[in-house]
Amino acid sequence: MIRRARGAVAALVLAGLVVAPWMVDDYTTAILARTLALALVGVSVALLTGVAGMPTLGQTAPYAAGAYACAVLGSRISDVGVVHVVVAAGAGALLAALTVPLVVHARGVIVLMITLAIGELVVTILGRWRSVTGGTDGLAGIPAVRPFWGLPVLATDQARYLYTLVVAAALVGAVLLLLRTRAGLLLRAGRDDETRLRASGHRVPLQVSGAHVAAGAIAGAAGSLLVVAQQYISPADFGFDTSALLLLGVVIGGTASVGGALVGAALVIAVRDWLFGVLPGHAPLVLGALFVATVYLLPSGVNRARGRLRPPSAPDATAVREHATVPELRA
Amino acid sequence: MNPLLSAQDVHVRYGSLAALAGVDLTIHDGQRHALIGPNGAGKTTLLNVIAGARKPQRGTVRLDGRDVSRLGPAARARRGINRIHQRPAVFSTLTATENVVVAALPRVIPRRRWWPGGRRRTAQRRAVPLLEQMGLADVAAVPAGHLAHGQRRQLEIAMALAGRPRLLLLDEPAAGLSATEVGRLVELLRALPRAVAVLLVEHRLDLVYALADTVTVLRDGQTLAAGTPDEIRTSPLVRQAYADGVA
Amino acid sequence: MIAVAVGTNRIDPYLIPALDGVAYGLLVFVAASGLVVCFGVANILNLAHGTLYAIGGYTAAALLDGGWASLALALAVGVLAAAAAGVLLAGLLTPVAAGNHLTQALLTFGVALAGGSLLVAGFGPDDPQVRVPAALDGSVVVAGHRYAAYRLVFIAVAAVISAALYLVVRRTRAGMLVRAAVDDPEMVACLGVSPARIRAGVLAAAGALAGAAGVLGAPIIGPGTDTADTVLLLSLVVVVLGGLGSMAGTLLAALAIGEIQTLGVALLPSAAPFLLFAAMAAVLAVRARGLAARWGAT
Repeated sequence: MIRRARGAVAALVLAGLVVAPWMVDDYTTAILARTLALALVGVSVALLTGVAGMPTLGQTAPYAAGAYACAVLGSRISDVGVVHVVVAAGAGALLAALTVPLVVHARGVIVLMITLAIGELVVTILGRWRSVTGGTDGLAGIPAVRPFWGLPVLATDQARYLYTLVVAAALVGAVLLLLRTRAGLLLRAGRDDETRLRASGHRVPLQVSGAHVAAGAIAGAAGSLLVVAQQYISPADFGFDTSALLLLGVVIGGTASVGGALVGAALVIAVRDWLFGVLPGHAPLVLGALFVATVYLLPSGVNRARGRLRPPSAPDATAVREHATVPELRA
Repeated sequence: MNPLLSAQDVHVRYGSLAALAGVDLTIHDGQRHALIGPNGAGKTTLLNVIAGARKPQRGTVRLDGRDVSRLGPAARARRGINRIHQRPAVFSTLTATENVVVAALPRVIPRRRWWPGGRRRTAQRRAVPLLEQMGLADVAAVPAGHLAHGQRRQLEIAMALAGRPRLLLLDEPAAGLSATEVGRLVELLRALPRAVAVLLVEHRLDLVYALADTVTVLRDGQTLAAGTPDEIRTSPLVRQAYADGVA
Repeated sequence: MIAVAVGTNRIDPYLIPALDGVAYGLLVFVAASGLVVCFGVANILNLAHGTLYAIGGYTAAALLDGGWASLALALAVGVLAAAAAGVLLAGLLTPVAAGNHLTQALLTFGVALAGGSLLVAGFGPDDPQVRVPAALDGSVVVAGHRYAAYRLVFIAVAAVISAALYLVVRRTRAGMLVRAAVDDPEMVACLGVSPARIRAGVLAAAGALAGAAGVLGAPIIGPGTDTADTVLLLSLVVVVLGGLGSMAGTLLAALAIGEIQTLGVALLPSAAPFLLFAAMAAVLAVRARGLAARWGAT
């Protein structure tokens, strides 16, 4: 019953998204396309934070890797969108794979710190590696793509939006399928009790790494959608405020739910865009206040997140000390 | 022939406290061995060392004569050492069936290897009878977090068995179970294939006598006595140890 | 980020960047130590830490007029203001204290956003000028090179602060509590001190450290719209590199980062952007095993 209702709501939302470009002006359509890309990054955040139990503030790193790979390499290889998505997903996955050793053994607040540092370092590199990334000015004039071999080039905001929608929907569908498989089951089990999973003989670090790389690929693919949606990218698109906004959206959405992450992330991004439109000077102040208020007002979201986040696994009394999240302070 | 498990000269210290000070333990295929002793004797620590959850400061653990001291708990579980914890450890958001499926997966070899979902289906087939045996068939679709304490413990036993253990480590499996549940547990453990060895940590001596072929008594991290249940029952040393303080 | 002194010498062109690196590293260390205390003791990832530094920086810019008295005043005001902001943050965190790291981190991010906006509203969007005391405005000769006097004095002062920090953590009762908390969070709960008070104390201390760093370091990493982000990032990298909780490790990491940002730029200008990343990756990858053992996740 609930499942059917949820399905109906999802179908309605999807239908609304399909007709949206004919309801609003071109500018809003472009904004919507970018929001879709960000919501897809939100899905990758939810995959790590809620499903795998690794809260992350660094998914902007593979997102940026995907976007820049697409803008710099993709346009030289081909003008076919699908190729770009693959290139971008590959770049995101590669960056995630390179950073796996940094995060695979960390938990809780330490993952937040490490992923945030990774994300910020990537932005720093993007800003300084002028010859390739155009520095803080970013890359403009990225050539338009055609969705598939033989199809026309995406020339209008509507076309770009619909392309973004189709790719995002396909990737979200793939994630939902993935979560129904053995991999999804094991990820949820690991979030519940990692020590128990290990005691059953599962290779937990391998699973965590797999989830990390998969989330990187999704964020990378979202990067290629951003390139299509904006036709311009700069390090400012991948700042740490974006990570924090997405994480807030994912928490609003219930942390472990893909649909919730999509809605939450889209909502948070929409509020930000709207605020910066109507209150150019004081948007950060209001946004910050909204952040605090949302954290207060979300008891259910918070509780659900608490129940679902990987606990500081304590299998038995003797092992508790080994699991303290913070090592000793050796002055 | 090598014994299934042999732990030699195991030393574990927590800070200045010696939890285990040179313990030896040997278990053969199919042997049902009990570990008893007062609180703080080091029983659970020894179990942790055998399962790979705690690294001893000194000593080796061998499985089939091969040194597994450097392997973690996951690798040892894949080699056939499965355990249940003192406090039932289950995946609380997963259903009872999913819990058993997850526990079964590492030792599942699917008939059609590359068929999608094959491993999971095989694991599922293995889970159903186990849940029935443990009296959990009615709650198979309930998230484990919503089960009663006794049911969770039974679920963990089903999980341990789903891993096709060669050595089953049981840390006070009867704690928190009702009399009927304990009866079912004893039946189930007796019905285990003769090849499965069991290492049982238990306070309840009636269970020990009902299940164990051999018994080791630990005290202050050392072996106080070892022998058959009858020998232990009559040993003055053990009586003394238990008179000093037993749960 | 930092004005690398242009080599005015022929003998050793790298001495000046190396000295700059020490100044920079000590500054980052003082700022980062606040972050260490914050997550080590209270287990909070304080994303507003850079904002606390910025408070100190703006205070310095507003109050410094070239005299010694104004420096003392700025230091007092900056430390107090940042510590007060820390206490305020602790108060805001109280309702979600029972929540998880995630919601707490998000709340501190909201505070950082709002706080940064308030600072810009109060002090203007342009990066303000910072006037160091006139006596330190010139340059001195170090081994045949001219070097900014303020930076030299800063190195000495920051070294004193670092040493004092070490002694406090190592020798005093408060420091013992801090180490105990980092060792075993549950133990502090047993001591009977209310968690809210610990949080307030910790964030006040973190604010004071960040504020002091902000005032004294204003001529090095000056106040501006990007300051909070820059300082937060540098502190994070340093804390992660330093082994997440070790004071000595944090100091070493801070000095290494300082040298990478200055000497590294002088030696390998093209590779400089990647050096930070590479350093972090190398250290974490090499230490992954040790860290894994400590975090109990083999």
